[in-house]
Formats: sequence, C-alpha cells, structure tokens
Amino acid sequence: MSAQTLDTPTGAPTKVVAPIAWKYPIVYSVLALIALIFFGLIGRAGDTTFRIATGGDFFAIPDLVVSAKATGLVLSLILVVMAAVSIWFATRRDDLGSWFPVTFGIVFVLSFLAWAGGGSGGVIPLTTLLAGALALSVPLIFGAMCGLIGERSGIINIAIEGQLLAGAFLAAVVASVVKNPYAGLLAAPIAGALVAVVLTFFAVKYWVNQIIIGVVLNVLVVGLTNFLYSTVLTENPELWNSRQKLPNLPIPLLSDIPILGRVLFDQNILVYIMYVVVIALQIFVFRSKWGLRMRAVGEHPKAADTVGIKVNFTRVRNTIMAGAIAGLGGAFFTVGSGLAFGKEMSAGQGYIALAAMILGKWNPKGALFAALLFGFSKSLGNTLQSIGTPVPNELLLMLPYIVTILAVAGFVGRVRPPAAEGVPYVKS
Amino acid sequence: MTTDISPAAPSPAPPPTAEAKPGRQQTLIQEILSGSWLVTVLAIVLALLVGGVLIAFANAEVIAAARNFFSAPGAFFSTVFSTVGDAYSALFRGAIFDWNARTPERAIRPLTESLVNGTPLILTGLGIALAFRSGLFNIGGQGQVILGATVAGFLGYALSLPPIVHMLIAAVGGIIGGAIWAGIAGVLKARTGANEVIVTIMLNSIAGYLLGYLLKQSWFTHTQSANPQSRTIDESAQMFLLLPLPFRLNFGFILAILATIFVWWLLERSTIGFEFKAVGANPHAARTAGISVAKVTVLVMVIAGGLAGLAGATQVLGTEDKLTGGIAGSIGFDAITVALLGRSKPLGTFFAGLLFGAFKAGGYLMQSQTGTPIDIVLVVQSVIVLLIAAPPLVRTIFHLPAPVLKRKES
Repeated sequence: MSAQTLDTPTGAPTKVVAPIAWKYPIVYSVLALIALIFFGLIGRAGDTTFRIATGGDFFAIPDLVVSAKATGLVLSLILVVMAAVSIWFATRRDDLGSWFPVTFGIVFVLSFLAWAGGGSGGVIPLTTLLAGALALSVPLIFGAMCGLIGERSGIINIAIEGQLLAGAFLAAVVASVVKNPYAGLLAAPIAGALVAVVLTFFAVKYWVNQIIIGVVLNVLVVGLTNFLYSTVLTENPELWNSRQKLPNLPIPLLSDIPILGRVLFDQNILVYIMYVVVIALQIFVFRSKWGLRMRAVGEHPKAADTVGIKVNFTRVRNTIMAGAIAGLGGAFFTVGSGLAFGKEMSAGQGYIALAAMILGKWNPKGALFAALLFGFSKSLGNTLQSIGTPVPNELLLMLPYIVTILAVAGFVGRVRPPAAEGVPYVKS
Repeated sequence: MTTDISPAAPSPAPPPTAEAKPGRQQTLIQEILSGSWLVTVLAIVLALLVGGVLIAFANAEVIAAARNFFSAPGAFFSTVFSTVGDAYSALFRGAIFDWNARTPERAIRPLTESLVNGTPLILTGLGIALAFRSGLFNIGGQGQVILGATVAGFLGYALSLPPIVHMLIAAVGGIIGGAIWAGIAGVLKARTGANEVIVTIMLNSIAGYLLGYLLKQSWFTHTQSANPQSRTIDESAQMFLLLPLPFRLNFGFILAILATIFVWWLLERSTIGFEFKAVGANPHAARTAGISVAKVTVLVMVIAGGLAGLAGATQVLGTEDKLTGGIAGSIGFDAITVALLGRSKPLGTFFAGLLFGAFKAGGYLMQSQTGTPIDIVLVVQSVIVLLIAAPPLVRTIFHLPAPVLKRKES
C-alpha cells in the first residue's frame, strides 16, 4: 500500500501512511542472529579450506585456508550490519532493491560454509559446488520455462515431470541408435511435445481437468518408459541405451575466468541453449506480439477472443512448444550428463520445476533464480554429505521445499497466477 | 493455480438428445449404452488392448514373427495372441484365482493378495476422493501415507501395551500423523490461499526426507542396525490376520471397509458432508449460504490426511512389519488414479482400489512368470483413467449415444 489520500466522512482529506513493512527486517535479523550465535560466537575450532581451483585450470589458484571461527564471526557481523540497514530502510519506508537479499544470501551461505567446513578438516570445493548447482538446475530451468509458457497461456501443466522423463528417454534411445548425442538433442523436444499434444487434446477438446490429465500423463510416461526400459532397452543395451555425452564446448576467454567462467562457459550446448531460451523468453513474454497474445489468452480469454485472437489455437500451440522445451530439459539427464537412461530418472524434478515457476512468480527471470536456488541447495547438500558436517543432509535438502511452501503461503511475497489458467475456454 | 478445481471428470455434458419420449425398451437400451458404468468397462477393455499392443511390441518372438509377416501372417497373429494371452492370464492368476496352483489354499491366495494390495489404495483414495468432492486437489497422499506410517510404526515398537489396544493406539497415531500433515496444507490454504496442489507436492518431498532422516537416528529406529530401517513392530501392535498364515489378509481390510462406509455416511448423510459438497460445487454460493469455506477446507484436508495416514498405518502394522524408506511405495500417487477411476464416490473408490490392488498383485506374478514387466500395469491404469476422464472420447470410439439426462436430481 502506498501513501494515498482518502475522504473521511467529515470531508477533510487525511493522509494515509503505509505501515512499516516489518516482514523482511525480521527475517534478516533472525538469520543474522542465527549466524552470529552459531557460526560466530559458538563457532567451531579449526580451519576451513575453500578450494577454488579445479584440475584443468590454466593457472592454479591456491586454496583459501581460513579460521572457521574468525571467518564466521566476521561474516555474521556483516550480516548483523545488513539486518540493521534493512531495519533503517524499513522505518524510512524505502525499498532496498533486489541486490540486497542476494548479497545477504551469499554472505549467509558463506558464513555457513565456513562453519560447516571447520573442524572436520574437510575441503569445500567451491567450483565443484557451483558447477553441481548449475547442473542440477538445468532440467529445472527448462521445466520451469515450459510450465511458465503453459500457464501464461492458460493451461496448467503438471505433466512437466512426464515431459522431462520422455525427453530423457527419447534422447538416450535416439542418440544411442544413431551413435550421436546431437541426434538425441533433436529427438528430445519431440518427446516433450508429444506429451503436450495429449495434454492439450484432453484439456482443450474434452475440457478434462488439467491437473488430472497432468498427473495421469506423468504416470503414463513412467509406465511406458519403465516398460520399454525393462524390455527393449535391457535386451540390447548396446544398441538402444549406450551412453552418449554431449561434448563440452568451452567459450574462449570467458571460460578462463576463475570460478564463474569455468562454471558458466565451459558447458555443453544444452546449457548454452538454456541461456538463450531464458533470455529470449524474458524478452518475448513481455515485449512481443506473441507474448502479449499469450498473456491475454491466459488472463482474459474472452477479451482476447473479442479482438480476434484464436484462444484455443494459441493455447495449444504455446503448450506444445513449451513441451518441446521441457523435452530438451529432459535430455540433460541422459545425453547432457553422459548417462544411459535409467528408470524414473527425472525423480520428481518436474514438480520442483513447477514450484520454481511459482516461486519465480511466472517470470522467466524469477523462475531462473528459483530453479538455481533449488539446484544450489541440493548441490550444497551433496557437498556437505561428502565432507561430513553436523547438519543432517536431509534437513538441508528439505530447505527449498520449505521455502517454496512459505513463498506460496505469501510470506515471501504474494504470488498471483494468470487469471484464466486451468479454465477451458468455450466460445458462447 | 486456480482454486476452484471441480471434482472428477468435469467433462462437458453433451446436449440431451432424447427429447421425444421413446419406447420403454428403447430407453432401457439407451440407458445401458450411455450409462457411465459402460464407459468404465469399455475404458478398461481399451486400456487392456493398449497394454496388449505394448506387450506384443516389446516381445522378441513377436518381432521375429513380424519379420516373416508376409510369408506367414497366421504365425504372427498366433504369436501375438499367445504372448498377450500368457501375460494377461498370468495377471489374472496372480490377481484372482490361480488354477495352476498345487493346493486349494494357493489357488485362492491371489484374491486375498489383491485385497491386501488394495487396502492402502482404498484408504488413501477415499481421502483424495473426499478432497475432490470438496473442490480440493490433494496430491499429498504420498506424504500423508509416509507420516501415518512413521507415527504408527514408531508407536508400534516404542510403546508396550496389551494386544489390540496397542494396535488401535498405533493406528490412531497414524491417523493423527496423516491428518496433521494434510492439515498444514489445509490451514495454509484457508488462511493465506496457498495453492494446495503445490503445498502438498512440497510436503510429499519433505515427508520423504523426514523419514529418511529419522531412519538414521537410533533413538527413533530402536535398533543399532546400519540399514535405514526400524525395529520390527511389536506383535501386540500388528494388525491381526483374518485368515490363517499363508494368507496375509489382515484387519486393515476391515478398516478399509469401515472407512468406505464412514466416507459414504459423511458425504451422503451428514450435515458437514453436505457443506463439503456445497463448497466443492460452488464456494461462492456456499459462502453466501453461511458455510465457512475456511473451516471446510481445513476439515476436509484433516479428514483426507487421516484416511491416508490410516493407509500408512495398515501398511506398516499389517503388511510390512517394520518401517523402511520405501514403506509408502507409490501408494499416494496410485491413489489419485484410484479416486479418479472411482469418480470420487466412496463405493466407486472402493472398487477402483480393489481393481488396482488386483492389477498390482497380478502384475507381480505376470512379471515373474512371463517376464512382462509390472510397469505395464501403470500404463493400463493411466490409460483407463484418461479415458474415464473423457467419456465423450470413449463414446466416439465406440459410436455410443450420448447420455440421457436423468430425472434423479429433481
């Protein structure tokens, strides 16, 4: 609520002042206190080693060895200062911008890492941690983009899970038969799009509840791929399911940047496609005729129809295209990671992609960061499990799900889905 | 996500065709042809056909016969029929009656196994159906089953009480566990409008990790074993068998019957059930009529979660005898299809649960005897539900007439 004037019954306008938004300062303060007490004051003795270099670096950066307790103390004091700043800004009713939570999050994670690495003598491989985070995020990002296009057009797509799995399956099989990973890359979108065809067929033609079809399609794809895996693929794995890996294509110069360069620009083509898809969607959803029509159809189909937009055609076309994107994401499980197809290898990632989309408020950029958050926390869980820390791995892995629930419940900011999603459009 | 998810199969009702009064016999035939149960039967038949095509397609002998299709088409078809026939007859022998068995007990054991497999599906399916009828989409069956099994299992070996009492207390614990887990989603939905689909999906994952964490803690598992599993449930807490030992049919099945009756009574005979259905049909109208939608939302989720929790309890106290990471299997997700197949009606869900339980029991025998993977069952099940969700599609395939509008509602 911004400041505005209201007419009181007496007729004299009174100025209404927006209440102070205490939510974020409280969250920051609590987190800063946790960091100060646990990572700083109580702390753990010993040193924490941050390993930045990886094996094939051009020039090796030495490991960063710091005292766990001192680092924790310094970083948590920074957090306390930041929390104080947020309180000051809140009382002035000022906005802090989006860099503030990001910085706060990074410092908090670093202070946590300094604490977690101490004592155990473990080495925290920063580059591996970040590379793992990106790798775990790739299918999520593709899936979230798919869900976003569907829902912006008014079709709820719960079948992302099935589309990822179908994409992974077909990519593995085609790549294996043709003996070329890039062939798998071409096949994966077809699989995802096929699932979307069934989805839209039932949703648009027969008006079946879209969540129901989505759930059932997921089961169907699991059943089909499991069945084919157990019969055809296992009978002759050399032909049908041999491993094919997309080669890494390092981008000159950019990939030589320490840490981030290695993580972001020494990847296979699928990851570069992902960058393009996200950037393109961020532009096209909000600044193109296609995007405007898509949002119109998803928000107010009747109005869109009135001005001559073919509502159902737009929905079907967009959802099928989105399915192709999700199929590409599925290819990352197999040809993207150099693995053979395995039963149910999407392992619920499609549902997480759905959550990332909602957490990102149906924006490509937001969904990207939400998916990265999921990927990072999972990668963090894996890393900490391997070095052994006092925090149970499972509790860490739960974190993104809890964050999503809090987000959906409105604690992180209210989310509003497209108004007409899930409602079949019937011309009357 | 929209909040108003209409209950199962909100397919468009094609306009009534029979305006003129046809003869009595004609009406009867028309009613049979357009009845929803015929659609159900046809959907099952179609799905089995699809499954048969897949089984034949994946079979090496059939592929070999197909190579010689033009020289010996008869051999091809007989191979197809024998392959598919073998698979489906094994499915039947595993699910209903095994005529190849050596003893009469073994011959009828498959039927009881179907009931055992159906029990948790029925219970969880009832919870999901109840939520459907109230306009809520409860995908969280899995998490609720896990929580129910966790609490019931823990009480089952942590307490020491006399028989029956112990079992009942553990089962009630399971109900409470599931109810709390679903209640979280209900309260969040009622208070903040948080979409229950997303919240329950997230709660599923959290429940899985929670159980994984607990199974590593020795205070919880009461065992020093390195495996992530608990101590065996006390004899006093196990659900007693209804038949002597080669059979696994237990008290859980009685609970499933009782729960079916309870949900029927709740929906059809109680005031609160009427409120549930009113909110499901039109939350705005229900609110105008003075029904508290928030209260209904929370209550529905709590009851649904309780039913799923009871399913978890029957699983751990009746079928398995210890808590493991895979205790819930895929019950929570299978139950969604059960509720859809049962058209969200208590009795329908009961029979759908039995059918899927039979598929599951038969699938094991089919897999071990004919090498046809049990996953074909998933395909058949999902095709059934897809077809049932779109009755006009089935009618188009079989050229059936559109349904006659019944006068029952008036």
